[in-house]
Amino acid sequence: MKTEQKNIQNSPIDCEAPNMQKMDETGLSLLKYLIVGILFGIVFVKAEIISWYRIQEMFRLQSFFMYGVIGSAIAVGMLSIFLIKKFNVKTISGEQIKIGNKEFRKGQIIGGFIFGLGWALTGACPGPLFAQIGSGFGVVAVTLLSAIAGTWVYGRFADKLPN
Amino acid sequence: MEQFIECIRQPWPWYIAGPLIGLTVPALLLLGNKSFGISSSLRHACAACFPANIPFFKYNWQKEMWNLVFVLGVLIGGFIATVFISNPDTVVVAESTQRDLAALGMTSFSNLMPSEIFSWENLFTLKGLFFFVIGGFMVGFGTRYAGGCTSGHAIMGISNLQWPSLVATIFFMLGGFGMTHLILPHIMALVGF
Repeated sequence: MKTEQKNIQNSPIDCEAPNMQKMDETGLSLLKYLIVGILFGIVFVKAEIISWYRIQEMFRLQSFFMYGVIGSAIAVGMLSIFLIKKFNVKTISGEQIKIGNKEFRKGQIIGGFIFGLGWALTGACPGPLFAQIGSGFGVVAVTLLSAIAGTWVYGRFADKLPN
Repeated sequence: MEQFIECIRQPWPWYIAGPLIGLTVPALLLLGNKSFGISSSLRHACAACFPANIPFFKYNWQKEMWNLVFVLGVLIGGFIATVFISNPDTVVVAESTQRDLAALGMTSFSNLMPSEIFSWENLFTLKGLFFFVIGGFMVGFGTRYAGGCTSGHAIMGISNLQWPSLVATIFFMLGGFGMTHLILPHIMALVGF
């Protein structure tokens, strides 16, 4: 049982963004994700979601903007997943779409709270970190490296933390 | 055409930006059965560069290469938006927020990021320690411990009706409120605002 649990912990399924595609993708076929990423990064900058001040407005309840962004993104995402499931829409290579379920763990409470503390300090969740660097705020690369270090430290002590 | 460029140079409203971000969810699913999530890229970076024989980083990260390509795209997108279609005017920050931050000692509100914090000169100062090093560490440690960030939990998870993602999102917000209202004033005083 113990080893089984460990395996679940260590499989990439434990990521929030698993690759469920059976077919291998290399080289040029990865280009489509680059393009989606570029479009996504442009939206981040153009809507000023990467701004430290927008995050402050959000946590001070002084602007509806970020609530509007996140709320409408969830609404569109929810409707999309509903339609994909209802009409059994396949991927462009014809595979059945699979979305992993999220299991409840204490980490969502403790880790979530720690992330929230960092979010308000840096003014960025992981996505905007990349867009901020691209926008010319080079010093955010230090924040990113520190975030990678934080991820590493979590991985190192994952089995000793309450979960 | 010129009018169009002029138009997209302006800051985009939430009702344009939010739905576009939401469309990333079906786009990634349809293009290749990928669940939207960005903080995993940090884990893949660890797995690729410093696995150090840690079980948490021993998996086939090559299969998750798409995620690293995706975040590289986000970085390039940030560059394109800034170089080619940036807003010529100064950023508009809510007056009440400006007032609150000014009371804590902040003076500049014209750029996307406060220039008093996010500059290389601050790297080896207390500002750098708190806002880059400790802040970044908490983002990386917290998202991995929580199993996701704003994209993976708040957007992807809630869109897929996963209640643990809702719990995570609530605690993201609680952490943010706590930092902003209870801790940030002390940090700003300490780092010399």
